[in-house]
Amino acid sequence: MCCQQMSEAAKAKFAELDRFIDTLNIDRKNERRRGWLIRSLHRAQAIFGYLPREVQQHVAKRLFLSEAQVSGVVSFYNYFTTKPKGKYCIDICLGTACYVKGSQNILAEIERMLGVKADTEPTADGLFSISALRCVGACGLAPVMIVNGKVYGKLTVAKAIEIINEYKKQG
Amino acid sequence: MDSKMVNLTINGKAVSVPANSTILDAARALNIKIPTLCHCDKIGGCGISNNPASCRICVVEVENRRNLAPSCATPVMEGMKVHTNSRRALNARRTILELLLSDHPQTCMTCAKNQNCELQELAAEFGIEEIKYLGERNRFKPDASSEAIRRDLSKCIMCRRCETVCNKIQTVGALTGYGRGFSAKVGTANLIPLAESNCTFCGQCVNVCPVGAITGISYVKKVWDAINDPAKTVVVQTAPAVRVAIGQEFGFEPGAPVTGKLAAGLRALGFDKVFDTNFSADLTIMEEGHEIVERIKANKKLPILTSCCPGWINFIEHNFPDLLHIPSSCKSPQQMFGAIAKSYYAEKIGVAPKDLVVVSIMPCQAKKYEAARPEFAKDGVRDVDYVVTTRELCKMFKEAGVNLANLEDDVFDNPLGESSGAADIFGVTGGVLEAACRSVYFMLNGKNLEGDAINFRAVRGLDGIKEASVEITPGKSIRVAVCSGLGNARKVLEMVREDPNRFQAIEIMACPGGCINGGGQPFLHGDSALLEKRMKGLYTEDERKVLRFSHENKDIQKLYAEFLGEVGGEKAHHLLHTEYHSK
Amino acid sequence: MQKITSQAQLLELYNQSKGSLALRLTNEHDIHSVKKEILCCGGTGCHASESLSLMQHLREEIRKNGLEEDVKVVQTGCFGFCAQGPIVKVMPDNVFYVQVTPGDAREIVQKHIIGKELVEHLLFIDPMLKERIHDYEKMSFYAKQKRIALRNCGLLDPEDITEYIAHESYQGLAKALFEMTPDQVVQEVLNSGLCGRGGAGFPTGLKWKIAAGVKADEKYIVCNADEGDPGAFMDRSILEGDPHSIIEAMAIGAYAIGAHQGYVYIRAEYPLALDRLIGALKQARELGLLGKNIMGTDFSFDIDFRLGAGAFVCGEETALIHSMEGLRGEPTTKPPFPANIGGGVWGCSTNVNNVETYASIPVIIKKGAEWYRQIGNWKAEFDENGNWVRSISGNSGTKVFALAGQINNVGLVEVPMGTTLREIIYEIGDGISGGHEFKAVQTGGPSGGCITAENLDTPIDYANLQRIGSMMGSGGMIVLSDKDCMPSMAKFYLEFTKDESCGKCTPCRIGNRRMLEMLEQICNGTGTVEMLDELEQLARTIADTALCGLGQTAPNPILNTLRYFKAEYLAHVVDKKCPAGACPNLYTLHVTDDCVGCTKCKRNCPVDAITGELKQKHFIDPAKCIKCGQCIDNCPKKAIVKG
Repeated sequence: MCCQQMSEAAKAKFAELDRFIDTLNIDRKNERRRGWLIRSLHRAQAIFGYLPREVQQHVAKRLFLSEAQVSGVVSFYNYFTTKPKGKYCIDICLGTACYVKGSQNILAEIERMLGVKADTEPTADGLFSISALRCVGACGLAPVMIVNGKVYGKLTVAKAIEIINEYKKQG
Repeated sequence: MDSKMVNLTINGKAVSVPANSTILDAARALNIKIPTLCHCDKIGGCGISNNPASCRICVVEVENRRNLAPSCATPVMEGMKVHTNSRRALNARRTILELLLSDHPQTCMTCAKNQNCELQELAAEFGIEEIKYLGERNRFKPDASSEAIRRDLSKCIMCRRCETVCNKIQTVGALTGYGRGFSAKVGTANLIPLAESNCTFCGQCVNVCPVGAITGISYVKKVWDAINDPAKTVVVQTAPAVRVAIGQEFGFEPGAPVTGKLAAGLRALGFDKVFDTNFSADLTIMEEGHEIVERIKANKKLPILTSCCPGWINFIEHNFPDLLHIPSSCKSPQQMFGAIAKSYYAEKIGVAPKDLVVVSIMPCQAKKYEAARPEFAKDGVRDVDYVVTTRELCKMFKEAGVNLANLEDDVFDNPLGESSGAADIFGVTGGVLEAACRSVYFMLNGKNLEGDAINFRAVRGLDGIKEASVEITPGKSIRVAVCSGLGNARKVLEMVREDPNRFQAIEIMACPGGCINGGGQPFLHGDSALLEKRMKGLYTEDERKVLRFSHENKDIQKLYAEFLGEVGGEKAHHLLHTEYHSK
Repeated sequence: MQKITSQAQLLELYNQSKGSLALRLTNEHDIHSVKKEILCCGGTGCHASESLSLMQHLREEIRKNGLEEDVKVVQTGCFGFCAQGPIVKVMPDNVFYVQVTPGDAREIVQKHIIGKELVEHLLFIDPMLKERIHDYEKMSFYAKQKRIALRNCGLLDPEDITEYIAHESYQGLAKALFEMTPDQVVQEVLNSGLCGRGGAGFPTGLKWKIAAGVKADEKYIVCNADEGDPGAFMDRSILEGDPHSIIEAMAIGAYAIGAHQGYVYIRAEYPLALDRLIGALKQARELGLLGKNIMGTDFSFDIDFRLGAGAFVCGEETALIHSMEGLRGEPTTKPPFPANIGGGVWGCSTNVNNVETYASIPVIIKKGAEWYRQIGNWKAEFDENGNWVRSISGNSGTKVFALAGQINNVGLVEVPMGTTLREIIYEIGDGISGGHEFKAVQTGGPSGGCITAENLDTPIDYANLQRIGSMMGSGGMIVLSDKDCMPSMAKFYLEFTKDESCGKCTPCRIGNRRMLEMLEQICNGTGTVEMLDELEQLARTIADTALCGLGQTAPNPILNTLRYFKAEYLAHVVDKKCPAGACPNLYTLHVTDDCVGCTKCKRNCPVDAITGELKQKHFIDPAKCIKCGQCIDNCPKKAIVKG
């Protein structure tokens, strides 16, 4: 991405990422610099919301790694996403406890209702994206859904749809 | 090294092997074959092995072990009892193979690697008659974005050999394990087209791919079309390293030069003129030698780096933008040939450059990329039209029913066919520098080296990095380095960054061992001793020649007299030199 | 804070501060006491059910009533009884309230704190005793538990190191540093019989001994907090509720093996645990319990963290090490083992243990191996010096299980090894929920298997679970009832391992996919009898040939269910029926005569598959029905059934 074309907002984000990477004192000649990659990517995703190619390239450059190395790591770990998320991220837990309590039905119904599949694109209006998670450790509340960090437990299909509709109303 | 020996039995036979051996090593010592796929010793002819132990085709049964052991990665232990062909091991191997085949396109007959595929070979050995597991298959669009290398991830079996050569040996870093689980493949960053990646097209990945997932982009059909087009005059040039590699495919002793047969074969294919890249290798030495002399005299822009190797040029353009002023500005022999053919020769025979088709036979994939560089074309007419690799040429011969073994020796055509022994050794690491030194000595001293002094043995051999002092004038030496393999090139360039005065001249070749191990050469099939033989073949060819100095090539002298004028002069600069751009 | 520079100073600090926990630790329960502490669960589960807001409300009420001097609200770690959260415990009264909402804060303060009366409706109704009880030791959920790894969870404020000092923390480390040689520490752990709680059950002491035996200047000690087993969350609870135990244990381990740097590899999905860990590390450093010259000795050690990023396979130690090095988390063949030079972090000898394993170490050192091995069913042979020679059967200590599924009491339970499954399920867990029949209990997560009723009386230890076709795993324990379909359960786990396979080795990458495809066919009615044999053969080969533990154990859920529930598989492939009514292609939804025609189902059907007039029996059009189950959820008469 060329600097001239970059918006002020994007510039500020790259600057924020740079400030973090600066604290790592990366030494080009030390192979152990690689050890900071995942933490840097976490930070980058926290700043940008996702890890598009230009962000990966930036991290690669700052850590003196190849773009392929960074991309290989990003594509390996579920936590990293290269696509932007919707305004509301709906995470459906598909851990065992939730599964035996019927969370896959909840997921299927929400996918049907919003017309998008889990872990793909956000809805056309950009409002929702769905992810299937493996165990958030709230097994006591199974089945569990998380919307932007807020946990909803002991759900039924009907209850889950009601919650999504609430968010839809808020827009 | 642990010299302790360990005793074990394999299939009831006792064997004693060094303590750091694997079961596979021990089995090989007993001549017991265990199939392998991902495992590759000395991959790319280097000291590095690809050993992810991931394909699991080499599993064997070890008594008192819970599960089967991958023989490639299981160290031997005293008293171990191994069974390589027990029912359990054989069944497991068959299942593994069936799984691999279930995620592989069943298009062997139309695959570029047909009959040269390790997976296909295993399927034949195992007597696979049906695809047992039907289910989802990975489907990717083949990537033919570059001029040189074609990748079809649908065929990838995740042996990781390409990833190992690209990262560990070449340190190019264009390839990575990508994604995970069922759809995991080896790909570029974000699976971008290879042409948009930092790939140097060295082609080492093509050489090691056991299946048809990575192959060269073929221009063979276009060459046939040109040969059969009456409006075109088609000339062919053939690189030094081709002549010591192609013979093995036609039953000759591996490494033996088959120059005469090659010339005869090319003529049999219907090329109008059969020329030699060796001719332009001599030309390169004239220009580059001159450049070395000038730079050393002026003590500027040193060390000078050779520029014959397009993979290496791509590498420096991608990775060392700060050093782009030091490579020699000389075009590679292939491109010098093209430039001269489309000017001097075209004029001479009265053919318009657009109607003169220049085909080069190269040991290399990157040459395809180089030939397509925009700076090597004038008014849309490329200096080199098509590049065909040694392997592809073999296929052309086979298609046309030309068997080199049945041909009488022939010679190259004039005026672009004459060459010195100095040109032959361009095909092996150290050769370009040696050839240059022979002529630089003459340029500086007005006389030739004599006797064995012309053989610069210090820069010979297949070691990845060689450093030496060479006498270019009595009593005056320069420090030189010769390296092959891009990982070694990176090391040497880091040295140059640290201490620009450490060397005055450096030869760099992208492929380990030089062009004899190029990305378009007949497969080594894991036998790195072949490189040794090819190297010997080239030095034999050099010694066999009456002419050992590039500057003594009569046709080169004539070229300057009739057409180019001064060595390093304006016209020569215009036609034979180039510049580099950071990528 | 002043740095602690000697063992005596640590003990002095302990003596000074232990009184601060008096209200919490007392056995003299008294609802009339003026001074009180209100302990609120601050674990992820209870946070999710608004415990933070609850604490705020409680503090507000206390302030309004001018009780700040006498009544303190303390945020603790997890009580384990997650399904009943948020949990509030009032001390020294020893009153345990469940499912407390922020709106209950006022009543608790008014009625209980001021009025000295129990808030009856917030008490737990013990389903076994069928009465409301306030004393948690009497609750069936807690009565049979023995909390060692979870000893500080639900008791101490994880954000305050002084509470830990007051509760004897870091005394194990002090004992190791001042009274024991590294070899003695290793021997103590060996003698304790402690085995890796991450799943494989390798003796921890042996692991330490190997690492300690490697001659190297640079060694690492790693805590595997990449808890990925879907359905297990004990490691998260421990890190959230007791981070100092992990820090102390790692320091002890580092001293024993000769490491000076430790790493906690923690899941990114556990932000609260990470926050608590970072806070605890800082406090420990400030007190001189980490860093240079710990407690004035010449032993220096510090801990940093590395974040996981969502890859189950990183629980495998070689994959974890690669991930720490910024690589794809792909496992490599062992040897070399992490303890070997060349096998660990940056090629250095590395010792990896999981969170729960570490959590027991400080008490083992403080109270001694002898004390620890009295707990559990471990039988072993010792030499004349009392040193461990070999194990005979069973295991020592306790194991934490995450009890979930079709069971009444859902939560984290810690029991001595040798406890039977029946005790856990029917006493602690209070039996099957919803009046269903017990069918099986799944242990060991995606690597484990299902245990049937006939084996319910098996005492739990590593070997026994393996013998009956399952495994300990990290401690997920999912109870299944007659409404759970076993081929579907196998399919569920295969979906998981297929997703989580790193893709490196052929059997796991392609084989798991093929097994899943067969299971999908079995569950959607297109499977065949031959397919069952093919599935079993493929499963055995994958177990026999995969590179790492994930791949080798991925077939377990299939092999195990094929062994114990063959009839159910046959019902799917021969009769094309799913006896549990879980496979949508193998049942249809019917409206029974119990239908009163309320139209609720019709109104809620997303695909308009239901017809019927008001007050008349409704009908479901099987061609339109997508079996989403909303009608079942909505029917007030339970008149919609699968069949």
